[in-house]
Amino acid sequence: MATATAAPQRRRSPTEPATKWGVPHFRIVHWAFAGPAAALFVFFFAYPLGASLYQSFTSDDGGVQTWAGLAQYRRMLHDPVFWKSLWNTGLLLVFQVPLMIGLALVLACVLNQSWLRFKGTWRIAFFLPSVTMLVAYAVVFRVLLKTDGGMVNQALGWFGVSPVDWLNNPVWARVALIGTITWRWTGYNAVILLAGLQAIPKEQYEAAAIDGAGAVTTFRKVVIPQLRPVILFCSITSTIGTLQLFDENFVLTKGGPDNATMTPVLYLYKVGFDQMDFSYASAIAWAVVLIIGVLSVIQFRFFGQSDRAASTARSERRRG
Amino acid sequence: MTLDPRLLRRWVILLLLTVGALISILPFYWMVVAATHSNDELFHSPPPFVPGGHFISNIKALEHSIGFSRVMLNSVGIAVVYTLASGLISAMAGYGLAKYRFRGRGLLLGLVLTTMMVPFQVLLVPLFQMMSNLGWVNSYQAVIVPFLANSFGIFLMRQAFLDFPDELIESARIDGSGDIRTFYRIVLPVVKPQLGALAIFTFMSQWNAFLWPLLMLDSQDKYTAPVALYTLVGGTHVDYSGLILGSFLATLPLMLIFLIFQKQFVSGLLGGAVKE
Repeated sequence: MATATAAPQRRRSPTEPATKWGVPHFRIVHWAFAGPAAALFVFFFAYPLGASLYQSFTSDDGGVQTWAGLAQYRRMLHDPVFWKSLWNTGLLLVFQVPLMIGLALVLACVLNQSWLRFKGTWRIAFFLPSVTMLVAYAVVFRVLLKTDGGMVNQALGWFGVSPVDWLNNPVWARVALIGTITWRWTGYNAVILLAGLQAIPKEQYEAAAIDGAGAVTTFRKVVIPQLRPVILFCSITSTIGTLQLFDENFVLTKGGPDNATMTPVLYLYKVGFDQMDFSYASAIAWAVVLIIGVLSVIQFRFFGQSDRAASTARSERRRG
Repeated sequence: MTLDPRLLRRWVILLLLTVGALISILPFYWMVVAATHSNDELFHSPPPFVPGGHFISNIKALEHSIGFSRVMLNSVGIAVVYTLASGLISAMAGYGLAKYRFRGRGLLLGLVLTTMMVPFQVLLVPLFQMMSNLGWVNSYQAVIVPFLANSFGIFLMRQAFLDFPDELIESARIDGSGDIRTFYRIVLPVVKPQLGALAIFTFMSQWNAFLWPLLMLDSQDKYTAPVALYTLVGGTHVDYSGLILGSFLATLPLMLIFLIFQKQFVSGLLGGAVKE
């Protein structure tokens, strides 16, 4: 049926000659490129992913795995430490993420001011914390926050504040964790938001000025709608980062005091590798997956719809 | 004399900006100060504000306690090997996915996207068991190999290759160049900037990696810098100036890379964030 002159039936990339030896053929060279990655993904991602899911439905008694159905998940529902780790994560999501994104937004707006000089230098100064080694900065903050003789308490002492037991008091340990994460990531988010700000066309500001809009109105009606996708990006990555939090609280407080800084991933680590309960650890891991998925979808819906509304409004304005 | 309110506002903003920048940078300065003082001097009241004279002796102590030079060498070696290998694999896979149509392509692309969405902690337990079964625990390859297929890298490189004109590949083929040769000689050199940005990112992420190396490595001669630093915090008697010195030295490479490659860094950072 096929003739040498027949036009190819499907769209193809020009790098794929339809007939090299006169017949359609299976070319192995694709796999020379994609093969290594594919093999690695199957072996070190797809297989372990399945194994982990299976394992979350088992229970291991003395190294022997037996099918246990939903037993691990039921156990999780009645596990106060697990709930506390979620509660702590929720607190971070409610307090730390908005605080950080808000600060970053303000910072980005200031760094975007036309009168500001030495912009590059300011940007570097604020961005630098995010390129420190994760564990190293946690270590440094642990020393800075030492109750007796730590720099932070000494500095507070100059203002007559008595030493705060940063890492051993449940409330202050959370504050310390929030401060530490905010210190590291605010500048990073500000740089991303700044790039988003610079992508806003100048005409929009001018139009707002002509319409007599003040700084606050311009910010609300021009900057925020235009910046929405970037804010969405920052809040999704920050949310995922918070849900996966491990290094900081592991080094700062090991999840204590009284599990006040316990996070699901740290708990999963403790269950899996301190108590060697792999089944339960797997169930916790899947709970984390589920929560990240649900929260990402919610954020997408929340920001995505208003973004669509904003873009429709924009295109209508353009047409009009 | 009246003060222009707009000017006043600028001065207030500048003042706040300066305070913010100081908070941002002060811990770095403090690292330098702390790294050059002895433990006793460090917690004196008032604390030291200028660098002291204990830098060399602190380095010697650190070398003695955790074999710091070995640890740094491990970190560099692992990060370099990982960066090169995963960069090559990413570029190859990205090219395959961008420029060829073949059976299984959609599946592979799906796998790439799934890996980006699934947190790596899910894999912690089964990967740990795999490594034990392979007898790889406490080896460098256990740290490197499981994460060689880097979905972020593949995605980034695929985007780069999608923009690459097909005509160039076509003409290279007409000139008799084989696919592999075309890839190395013609295509790869063009995406050097993206490869550079990717390399910086993968190097940094591997340099920072903590949880997985912590699980995999259990002898001091194999430790990477973060793992070694962590073991220093855990002890009953903590050598604080050594700890800070180690943290400072371990962070230094990242800061240097950032300062040198700022442009690539920020452009790579924005790859996923800002769309025109």
